[in-house]
Amino acid sequence: MSEGLYSMEARDFDTTQDLKKTKPYGDTMNDGKTQVSFTLPVPVGNEAIEAAKQLMKKMGFDNPQVVFYKELTKGFTFFNCYGNCVHTVDFTSIHVPKVEATTWDMDKTDEYVKENIGRKLIIVGASTGTDAHTVGIDAIMNMKGYAGHFGLERYAGFEAYNLGSQVPNDEFIAKAIELKADALLVSQTVTQKDVHIQNLVELVEMLEAEGLRSKVILCCGGPRVNHELAKELGYDAGFGMNTYADDVASFVVQEYVRRNK
Amino acid sequence: MRKSKLGLDFEKVGYAKNIAKKIADDVQGFVENYTTVAVERTLCRLLGIDGVDENEVPLPNVVVDSLKENGVLSQGVIFHIGNAMVETGLKPQQIAEQVVEGKLNIATLPIHPKEKIDAVIMPIVNESLDRIKTRKARRDNYLATIGEGSMPYLYVIVATGNIYEDVVQAQAAARQGADIIAVIRTTGQSLLDYVPFGATTEGFGGTVATQENFRIMRKALDEVGEEVGRYIRLCNYCSGLCMPEIAVMGAFEGLDVMLNDALYGILFRDINMKRTLIDQYFSRIINGYAGVIINTGEDNYLTTADAFEEAHTVLASDFINEQLALIAAIPSEQMGLGHAFEMDPEMQNGFLYELAQAQMTREIFPDAPLKYMPPTKFKTGNVFRGHIQDALFNQIAIWTGQGLQLLGMLTEAIHTPFMSDRYLAIENAKYIFNNMKNIGDEVEYKEGGIIRQRAQEVLGKTVELLEVLQEEGLFSALEKGKFADIKRPKNGGKGLAGVVERGANYSNPFIELMKNRK
Repeated sequence: MSEGLYSMEARDFDTTQDLKKTKPYGDTMNDGKTQVSFTLPVPVGNEAIEAAKQLMKKMGFDNPQVVFYKELTKGFTFFNCYGNCVHTVDFTSIHVPKVEATTWDMDKTDEYVKENIGRKLIIVGASTGTDAHTVGIDAIMNMKGYAGHFGLERYAGFEAYNLGSQVPNDEFIAKAIELKADALLVSQTVTQKDVHIQNLVELVEMLEAEGLRSKVILCCGGPRVNHELAKELGYDAGFGMNTYADDVASFVVQEYVRRNK
Repeated sequence: MRKSKLGLDFEKVGYAKNIAKKIADDVQGFVENYTTVAVERTLCRLLGIDGVDENEVPLPNVVVDSLKENGVLSQGVIFHIGNAMVETGLKPQQIAEQVVEGKLNIATLPIHPKEKIDAVIMPIVNESLDRIKTRKARRDNYLATIGEGSMPYLYVIVATGNIYEDVVQAQAAARQGADIIAVIRTTGQSLLDYVPFGATTEGFGGTVATQENFRIMRKALDEVGEEVGRYIRLCNYCSGLCMPEIAVMGAFEGLDVMLNDALYGILFRDINMKRTLIDQYFSRIINGYAGVIINTGEDNYLTTADAFEEAHTVLASDFINEQLALIAAIPSEQMGLGHAFEMDPEMQNGFLYELAQAQMTREIFPDAPLKYMPPTKFKTGNVFRGHIQDALFNQIAIWTGQGLQLLGMLTEAIHTPFMSDRYLAIENAKYIFNNMKNIGDEVEYKEGGIIRQRAQEVLGKTVELLEVLQEEGLFSALEKGKFADIKRPKNGGKGLAGVVERGANYSNPFIELMKNRK
């Protein structure tokens, strides 16, 4: 395949990688190629295309190209665009807080519990507040698990209680006390208007008021949750996209042993 | 004799329907002796009681709560309001207003003879039925004049929280080709034991279902329907603690499709099973009378249970829901029985299994506008693969003749749909539905092949499950977690306090009149 047919631009940039100046990669180092799609609330036409290009420039793209546009309804035009990103980030100076635990598989975790704890840890989980989605908590807790990762119910080292969805924070705490929970898992899927933040904060405050906060390992999870956010809100760990039951299980047992040694 | 493309044994299907009927009859035997606060509030609304008091409490709640507090709810609203009308000469709305103001206690009035009560109540009952019939005629007229899209209907959701913003999104979707607009409800509304009042602009993950919001959206869809030359159907949700009340609001305001499934409420909202099965009966009668297509919620089972291993629980539930709908006089043409495309995309031959199940469901319920739900569980945030998952789902829908196609969104699992997400979803479906239009007529399934075997296996397991359910009874089966791996106690869950045994004076004339299409 003749590359020249497709890319007629002269390369007037340095193509050696510099992690201190990291930018997007299309097919050549430092080309900055990025795809972007958005809708502008304007009618279709040359003015709309020009508006999209100007916006791309303001977003930091050189050579903005509108490759597709379509008026979705009167006064709203959708764009697919490409551009060369002018910005860079210093990859070498990045520090992201991570859950401090090594992820083990189920057998290793169960064995660790047997050897170092000597009893089953009690884990209570729920999708709390008004959130009706059980998909997250089910993926972590249900026997079957998700994407090949067994859920906590299957672990020999845990007694796992999945309370389901729409569990009010006060009921969640009452159940935690009743079951003598070692760890609490809270799932939040709906994030419109930051309802998940309010709900997560409320739980921490209620646990503190009850004098329970330091007695339990408190974790939250959901597609819009990450460890950094969780720590900020007063949780011990946060589990976002692409984390599974084994990540949660490993953290809980290692944290339990760390606290009680 | 129908011919099955899958080699299904229709005698076995008939046997399954027969068992499902027995299961449904058993539930109905319980339902008929009871009423609920929601059913009674629905009767208030059917008698024309509407509005809220100074604390935003709906008048139907005020009336029903006052009867409950006086311990006389078992005689029902029809009896007490009718009796109060004879006593005072006032209209139901005026009576409700006097109850609000504390001027009147309808529980302690002298009791008048049944003939006198009937004489004042029946004209109002008939007026109410006429109101619904007029609404239904309006839809029929649109269908006869401007027409509608062909099946599978393209079904999309709007969920901005603000009804006026929803209107913009809904009209845009209609112009792009959508046939059904569902306004997703605000999170948690299913657990409210009242229906909020008036137009609303705030909601979480959806928009509050109110009668005024129904009216605003209906008007907007009529406008855009006339513009695009195609009737646009409006969908909302009866499920929750207010099933029949929302059904009657939908009947008054011309909704066309309503989610209506007690099993869904029991399993996924932890609503008490007695309460919601009683509510469901009356709500389905209303939906049936109003010409509304109901949607059942079997697809949701597969968000918790495995789509391959638990396929027979979906089919078993469809069988039972069909029979429960028949008891409420819903014709097959209004039964949007649910199922879904939810197998793990990593599964080898997953497409063949999905195809087998969709074809099987089609053949077992040949006249039902099946509601086919898109992949959600294995949407990851990879929008590019997500769009392909939706394409496979659309291929099966056109291939097997599904009725109501809830379009998958490439951004599922990320956010409520953008206007552009909806456009891409509609474009995807239209492309496939047109490009593969007659594939179902052209292609047959190999005898003894994967597809035929899969369908027969699911039907076989379904029959076994139905036999167990009949033995157990539905209530007990739900207690044992036979559906979606979720266990619900008979006397647990939300709303049980709103269940009341019917008393000697109890009557609900709407049940027979609506079932007989009077």
